[in-house]
Amino acid sequence: MNRSPGKKKPSLVLRLYVAGNAPNSVRAISNAQAVCDEHFAARYELEIVDLLDHPHRALSDGVIVTPTLIRLSPLPVQKVIGTLSDTNRLLLVLAGQ
Amino acid sequence: MKTHPKQAPLTKILTGIRGFDEITNGGLPRARTTLVMGGAGCGKTVFALQLLVNGIHQNKEAALFVAFEEKTSQILANAATFKWDMGELARNKLFFLDAQLSPDVVKSGEFDLVGMLHLLKVKADELKATRVVFDGIDVLLGLLDDPIAERREIYRIRDWLAETGLTGLITQKVGPVELEQRYGFLQFIVDCVVVLRHQVVEGSAFRNLRVMKYRGSSFLGDEFPISLTAEGLQLTNRGPAELRYEVSDERVSSGLPRLDAMLRGGYHRGSNVLLSGAPGSAKSTLAGLFAAAACRRGERTLYVSFDEGASQIIRNLRSVGIELLPHQKSGLLKMYSTRTRGPNIEDQFADLRATVRAHRPACLVVDPLSALATKLSHLASADAAQQFLDFLKSESITVVNTSLMDGITTDEATATGISTIADTWIHLSYLVQDGERNRALTIVKSRGTGHSNQVRELKLSDQGVTLADVFVAQGKVLMGVARWEWEQYEQAEKNRAQVATDLKRLQLRLAQAEAAARLQVVQTEIEAREAELAVLDRATGSASQLFVDEQGILRRMRHADDESAAVSASSAHGGSQVPKRRTNAARRRSAGS
Repeated sequence: MNRSPGKKKPSLVLRLYVAGNAPNSVRAISNAQAVCDEHFAARYELEIVDLLDHPHRALSDGVIVTPTLIRLSPLPVQKVIGTLSDTNRLLLVLAGQ
Repeated sequence: MKTHPKQAPLTKILTGIRGFDEITNGGLPRARTTLVMGGAGCGKTVFALQLLVNGIHQNKEAALFVAFEEKTSQILANAATFKWDMGELARNKLFFLDAQLSPDVVKSGEFDLVGMLHLLKVKADELKATRVVFDGIDVLLGLLDDPIAERREIYRIRDWLAETGLTGLITQKVGPVELEQRYGFLQFIVDCVVVLRHQVVEGSAFRNLRVMKYRGSSFLGDEFPISLTAEGLQLTNRGPAELRYEVSDERVSSGLPRLDAMLRGGYHRGSNVLLSGAPGSAKSTLAGLFAAAACRRGERTLYVSFDEGASQIIRNLRSVGIELLPHQKSGLLKMYSTRTRGPNIEDQFADLRATVRAHRPACLVVDPLSALATKLSHLASADAAQQFLDFLKSESITVVNTSLMDGITTDEATATGISTIADTWIHLSYLVQDGERNRALTIVKSRGTGHSNQVRELKLSDQGVTLADVFVAQGKVLMGVARWEWEQYEQAEKNRAQVATDLKRLQLRLAQAEAAARLQVVQTEIEAREAELAVLDRATGSASQLFVDEQGILRRMRHADDESAAVSASSAHGGSQVPKRRTNAARRRSAGS
C-alpha cells in the first residue's frame, strides 16, 4: 500500500460524480478525499463532477446512480457506487490492478 | 409517511394495448405512476414497451426507457420480434438509459437516484418526452439492499414523476413470497397496479392480466387472458365494444344441396357454423364438402386441423368423392395442421390469426375445435377460442367448426361456449336400430334462416354424400336396412293395390262390354222390327192398289155402262151403297176366281 512509484505523475486517477448537495453526495466527497489522502497521499488525482451541471458527461461515462466514483487509471476502469463509507471495499478497488 | 404531492384531476392515456384500454376505461393515469408486476416471462417488459411505442405511433409522444435488468441491446433484440420498427424509434423518439449496473460495480455505502432522475429530466426536456418506464425496479431495490433506502427511492421516483408531469410505469419482477412482501409497499404508493401472471394448467401455459388497483377510476378487476402477437401483448377477452360486425344476407353453400335447401339457401356469409357429433359421424366430411364447394366458387379457403395431417384429411375426403388436392395445388386452399399439445393456447390462436391474415380466406374450417377441449375447459381458453371466432366474424369469414360431442345436451357444448357463438348448429348423430348404425343430421339451430326441423339421413359412398328423407313409421324413424325393409314393404303394398285396381278395371270393362253387347242386340232387334214393319206397310199398300186396278179391269171386262158416272152422281145422295156393291163385286170376283 505504501509502495512508492517514484514518479510525480499520479498513478491513481479518479472521477467522482455527485448530485448537487444531496446528502449521499456530500458524504461521498468527504469520504473519498479522506481515504485518498490517508492512503495515497499526493499520488492521486480526484475530479469531482456535479452531474446536475454536466448531465451529458455523466451519460457518456455511464453513470446511473449518485454518487459514483470512477477509477480511470489504472485500467481497467472500475466503478464504486455509494457514499464510499465502506472503506475496505473502496480500498480494494483503489489499490487493485 | 410522506404526503402526496398535489395532483391535477385524473386524466388517462391510451396504452393501445388491445382490450386493456377497455377494462381500465381509457388507459393508464396520466402524469402518475403505474406498477406492473409479475413473475419472469409474464410480458412486463413487452407491456411497458408497448405503452411507449403506441404513444409514439399514435400521439407522437417521445418516451424514456430505463432498463435496470437487461442491456438496451438485449431489449432492442427482443423488441425486434414485434412489428414495432423499434430501431427507427430508438433513434428519434425513444431514449434508452442503460441502468443495468454491471456485476463488477462495487457498492460502498448508500446511493440514490437523484443523479439519474436529473439525467432523465434533461433527456425528457430534450425529446419532449411524456412517458417513462422504469423496467425491473426490483433489480435496483435489490442493490439498495435496505428497506428504508428502498422506500425512499421509490418515493423519490414517484415525486419526481409528479413534478415533471411524466406518465410513469414501473415494472417489478415478483419472485418468492418473502420478496413480494418486502416490496409490497410499492403497490400502496402507486396509483395503478397491474398484475401479470403466468401459470401452467395441465401442461398448458396461460398468461393473465389483472388490474389490482386504480386510484380514482373504475376498472374491471377480473383476470383476463392475454396473448403475445406480432403487435405485442393483447387481452383476449371479448371487450364490450367488440361485438360490432357487418352481417350479411348473402348465402354460402354448405356443399350439400339438400342441406342448403333445409337451411333455405345455405349458411349465411360470415356466420359461424358448428358441426357437432359423435366420432365418425361425418363431421369432417361435411366440413370437407363446405371447403370443396368454396374452392369451386373460387373463394380462398383455410382448413385448420388439429392433430391430423393435411394429407390424411385430403385422402380421407377423397374416399367419399371430395377432391381437395387440386385446390390445394392451385393455392386457393391452405391446409394448416397443428398440434393441440404445443405452445400456449393463446399463442396458438395468435398463430392462427396470423395465418388467417396471411391467407385471407373467405371460408374457414376448424376441424375439430373440440380437440382443444381439455384446454377449452379452462375458462381462459374458452375466451381465447371465442375471441378468435369473433375475430373471424369481424373479417366476414364463414367458419365451419367441427366439435366432438355425443349428444346435443352435453355440458361440453355450453362449457366451451362454442355453441352460443355458433349461428348455425348442425348435429350429427347415430341411430342404432335393428343391429346397425346410421347417420342422422339435425339442424339444432340456425340464426336468421328458416330451417327444416326434420331429421335427415346422411348417406356416404364413394360417389359422394347425400341426404335422404327419413321414414317415420309407427312413431319410429327408420334408416338403413330398416328403412329399406319398410320401402320394400311399402312397394309390395303398392303392388298389391295396383293389382286390385287393375282387376276392378277389368271387371268394369267386362261389364261395359256386356252392356255394349246387349245394346247391340237391342239395336239389331229394333232394326229387325223396323224391317218387318216396312214389309208390312208395303204389303198393305199394294193390296188396295190392286183392288182399284182390278175394278177397272172388271168393268172393262163386263162392258159396263158408264156406271161410274152414275155411281158418282148417286154417291152424292146415297154413296153408302157403293162400298157395299164394291164389296159384293169383290166377293163375286173372288168366288168367280
